Amino acid sequence: MKFSTFTKAITGGIALSALLTGAALAEPALIYDLGGKFDKSFNEAAYNGAEAWKKQTGGNYQDLELQNDAQREQALRRFASQGANPIVMMSFMWESVLAPLAAEFPDTNFVVIDAVVDAPNVQSIRFDEHTGSFLVGALAAMKSDSGTYGFIGGMDVPLIHRFYCGYAQGVKAVKADAKLIENYTGTTPAAWNDPVTAGELAKAAIDSGAEVIFAAAGGSGLGVLQTMADAGKYSIGVDSNQNYLHPGSVLTSMEKRVDNAVIEAFTNAGDDATFKPGKINLGLQGDFVGYALDEYNKDLLTADMISQVEALKAKILSGEIQVHDYETDSSCPL
Amino acid sequence: MSALRPLPRWADLALLPVLNLLLAVLVSGLVVLMIGQNPLTAIWAIITGAFGNGYNIGYTLYYATNFVFTGLAVALAAHGGLFNIGGNGQAYVAGLGVILVALALQDTHWLIVAPAALVAAAVFGGAWAFIPGYLQAKRGSHVVITTIMFNFIAAALMIYMLNRVLKPAGVSGPESAMIAETGRMPKIGSFFAPFNYTPVNLSIFIALLALVGVYFLIWRTKFGYALRAMGQNPTAARYAGISNSKMIIITMTLSGALAGMVAFNEVLGVQNRLVLDFVADAGFVGIAVALMGRNHPIGIGLAALLFGALYQGGNELQYVISGLDRTVVVIIQALVILFTGAMEGLFRPGLQRTFMLFSPEQKAEAVSRETVGKES
Repeated sequence: MKFSTFTKAITGGIALSALLTGAALAEPALIYDLGGKFDKSFNEAAYNGAEAWKKQTGGNYQDLELQNDAQREQALRRFASQGANPIVMMSFMWESVLAPLAAEFPDTNFVVIDAVVDAPNVQSIRFDEHTGSFLVGALAAMKSDSGTYGFIGGMDVPLIHRFYCGYAQGVKAVKADAKLIENYTGTTPAAWNDPVTAGELAKAAIDSGAEVIFAAAGGSGLGVLQTMADAGKYSIGVDSNQNYLHPGSVLTSMEKRVDNAVIEAFTNAGDDATFKPGKINLGLQGDFVGYALDEYNKDLLTADMISQVEALKAKILSGEIQVHDYETDSSCPL
Repeated sequence: MSALRPLPRWADLALLPVLNLLLAVLVSGLVVLMIGQNPLTAIWAIITGAFGNGYNIGYTLYYATNFVFTGLAVALAAHGGLFNIGGNGQAYVAGLGVILVALALQDTHWLIVAPAALVAAAVFGGAWAFIPGYLQAKRGSHVVITTIMFNFIAAALMIYMLNRVLKPAGVSGPESAMIAETGRMPKIGSFFAPFNYTPVNLSIFIALLALVGVYFLIWRTKFGYALRAMGQNPTAARYAGISNSKMIIITMTLSGALAGMVAFNEVLGVQNRLVLDFVADAGFVGIAVALMGRNHPIGIGLAALLFGALYQGGNELQYVISGLDRTVVVIIQALVILFTGAMEGLFRPGLQRTFMLFSPEQKAEAVSRETVGKES
């Protein structure tokens, strides 16, 4: 029974890919999530990675911006059946859609970022958001003496709580009595693309005394960065390096090198010889997460702050500091 | 200006919509041209994307199934003079009924789950439309206002239910648990190979039954007569002894139940779980479908197929031509609605003149028509 459905799926898949388009091109494909391709954050990091890969190799890739949640299966199936390989997907929302489809297309390699799907042809990439956020939290506490520190998340999901929890621990590592303000833009994927609401939340946090706000909110974060720049206060960007958006106001960015992950996937995941299925954790080691330092924020971070945060980073790497991971027990002890 | 003769029935029902559609396609072609793409390639991509092979047709039929339900929902209400623009919300809330029943019965058999879920979809969708119907009938709150507001209430309610009640442990996104394998309604692809891997499922037969059923309800029953009487002239209907408020409530509830069938198709037939925003604006497309189908089941079936093809073809467009995507199809849809609905009169006078050229009216006929017209 199991075997027959399996073979049916294979033959069906082959027949289907022959039917569609005809051109069995093994081009990689990239599916952005609902925040949109040009969110200057999570999705744009993936786009930048794909473009960098294109420039390096001269290869071609296909990409797609999702319009709504119900579209996921059709989009993924479309790419898989026309022979795209590998297919890279962004966000935790793919878990339930990818698992059955991966079984249906056993010859296609899938790479999913921010989710874990257990299948022989799926590579699940997770980033250690908590340690990277810890470092920017420490920088926030060093920069401001207000005693109150803000956090504005996008969608209210465990992944974003993980950012918050790391950030809060970083703040407290520097200022043990600090007060934290934790807010989320919404409970649906629309919260990734709602800069207005996020900006209002930032104003409320300023009123409560926050001078630095960490925005882990995808496209919505732009509203936070803008609000903080207008108020002459500091913000921390996320995923991409967002320092250039408001020089002098964006203190740093919690960089998550999604771009490198996409380049890596496009380069190696298409070939079974180099494809590594299973869960892969990318963290401080190799600078896959961390704080961004460039010409736009070099005046904001003093040499003393940098040496302190580097010391913290070394301690996390050596295991001297254990940053609590929200996802291990769904709680954030502070 | 001489009086124009009404168009023959076939021209009114078929030729005029086709001309309007062609005009919409022509204008859309200009838009594509302005973007810098070849409009013929784009149109061909839409057509092959919608009907090119079994896979594409399967998806087209799946979208069309949704639009039949919402189109009928709008048309039924329209015959009673009610404008139900809350199909989205009614279908969305109906999803709640479907998933609750399906999750409760998932370990039995789909033959038990499906009828129960069908009833649940009708009850939940109907209940969501009953409230605006009641408010219209008893309080005079206009259904256009209340139904569209109920769309927002439905969205908020469903976000709450998905995030706080239905979301299983260990899932990040707002979605319910999957229905167990035994409780899932089979897709047509599982016994008709060309539709393999497509979401079209047994609900398409429910859609066909609904088309026939609504025809009989509106034109062959006492209820339908009362409904049309109220739609044509509520005062006369009242005078004839029809209780308008009762009719409004029943009609809105039935309309909501029809819209709720979208949830039956989507939740039980396709997604096998409740996801955010699964209706994907089918409720609003239903308005266009009813408008284009002239509120008649045959027209609605054809218009639903057309919009299903536009949806599916539009999806394919973005894979075939980079730089074009669904938004182009949204433009085409908007133009179709514009030309078939708002500017429906555009071709009518010209077409009427053309018809008179080809078959000159007999004088006696014209005189009798004019005098009848004067007296009424």
